[in-house]
Amino acid sequence: MNHLTKRQKIAAVVTLVLALAFPLVFTDTFPIHVLILVYMFGVLGMGWNIMGGYAGMFSFGQAAFFGIGAYTSSFLLMNFGVNPWIGLVVGGITAALVAAAIGYPCSNLRGHYFAIASIAFAEIVRVVFNNWKLVGAAEGLSLPMLDESFANFMFHSSKLPYYYIILAFLLIAIATCYFVATSKMGYYFRAIKESHEVAEVLGVNVVRYRLIAIMIAGFLSAMAGTFYAQYILYIDPESVMLLPISVQVVLISMLGGAGAVIGPVIGAAVLIPIAEYTRITLGHQGTGVDMLIYGFLIMLISMYQPAGVWGLLSSIGKKVK
Amino acid sequence: MNKAICLDVKGLSKWFGGLAACLDIDFTVEEGEIVSVIGPNGAGKTTLFNCMTGFYKSSSGKVSFYGRDITRMRADKVVSLGIARTFQIVQIISDMTVLENVMTGAMVRYARIKPAMDKAEEILNFTGLYEKKDFLGTELTIADKKRLEVSMALATQPRVLMLDESMAGLTIVELRQIIELIKKIRQGGMTLVVVEHVMEAVMEISDRVIVLNSGKKIMEGTPKEVVSNPEVIQAYLGDKYRAVSQ
Repeated sequence: MNHLTKRQKIAAVVTLVLALAFPLVFTDTFPIHVLILVYMFGVLGMGWNIMGGYAGMFSFGQAAFFGIGAYTSSFLLMNFGVNPWIGLVVGGITAALVAAAIGYPCSNLRGHYFAIASIAFAEIVRVVFNNWKLVGAAEGLSLPMLDESFANFMFHSSKLPYYYIILAFLLIAIATCYFVATSKMGYYFRAIKESHEVAEVLGVNVVRYRLIAIMIAGFLSAMAGTFYAQYILYIDPESVMLLPISVQVVLISMLGGAGAVIGPVIGAAVLIPIAEYTRITLGHQGTGVDMLIYGFLIMLISMYQPAGVWGLLSSIGKKVK
Repeated sequence: MNKAICLDVKGLSKWFGGLAACLDIDFTVEEGEIVSVIGPNGAGKTTLFNCMTGFYKSSSGKVSFYGRDITRMRADKVVSLGIARTFQIVQIISDMTVLENVMTGAMVRYARIKPAMDKAEEILNFTGLYEKKDFLGTELTIADKKRLEVSMALATQPRVLMLDESMAGLTIVELRQIIELIKKIRQGGMTLVVVEHVMEAVMEISDRVIVLNSGKKIMEGTPKEVVSNPEVIQAYLGDKYRAVSQ
């Protein structure tokens, strides 16, 4: 994993400045809402990227961790008045522990077998929450209205604070992914992705490093989950644990370029606006149209550019050089 | 003067259901030796390697490495103790460069990137792949892939190197190069255990040869003793060697 080139650094700084300035220029709530979703799915995608893109564990169950994060912080806030920021950390740790607990028995599962297990796991979690009276079962949880403040992680008059908070989360997720990719861990994850045999013969403790990857992904996904709960102020299994959320995370990461640090952000920036705009303009025709467009895009990408949008950009970059 | 016993295999067996892929195999490897394991296909050579390096759990018997019991030890722990190996079918990380592949091997000794990179570059210089360090693993020829795999194994800084058919499918020139590399590795004090079908190479490099057939050790001796043994000729070498030995 090479460190950033000068051009990439400039691009990163310019993008960050644009992201910071965007809501000051475009004050409509809709584009801000779309970008908030882009960043939130970017965080989820970063988690997936670490375990899927780098370590080769193709999870279709990230919604479970997203939901566990959302539920943990919301439940703690409603029942014990725990501050959502503490709830965020507790939710992250809970998701990481659950991830390890399910990841350990799945240590030998690879490729599509791992994918199937992850779907089964996430669906079981969803069904449990759907029937669990303590956490509101199918009715879900409505978060109590607190005073608007950063400390309360709650804002009513404007979406702007949410925008900057999720942007900060995304930067944390990118930094985590960058750190992983450029450290020993990243090399070991890539070895594991190639094959368990090659990793073991290079002295990699495959079980341990797979668990590390899953736990990081679980924590990041749960962070996004708590954010979602604080942003929407209402959660139920349908909104935070549904399979299409997990699929969305995979599509974003693959489309953007799995195994490149910035891939999921690009994927989210392309897919989420398409999803939101098609939902609004074509939504009345039924729910399938945006998924049709996804499907078509994924087909195009996997046929012509398996390395994703990032792969496309970097090959253009090489030609320009 | 007696040299230290590096590897000691006692009564090693590996059963797959009712089939004994290895049955009651005994042998030792002294420090600094090159020991070759030969035998027909299906004789149990690779199974033996897999049992010794933790890739299979042996059914019974014991493997010691400098007196330490490594039977049924996890493969990555075996590596960190100092046994490296290659595979019959080359195992490299295809989306990494040659340098990154070797660095990954070096990381079992170094937690940080820089020293791992320095070590990897040193090893690539040694194995003659330095000029190709920025190539992707997949862009290499078969001979270079095998050389890369040996480099990755060396990067884990082993005391024993176990090579599983590093010479299969190579041209004469490439064969010479890999033989020279093995000799060079040995000069550095490395102990080697080699599974090989190319008898010319076995004859040239081995101190001792172990012959397996149907999972059992049928003979052990110097290369000369082995190629003139009727049982070995019968089981493996064929009539070409019968003529030579008469």
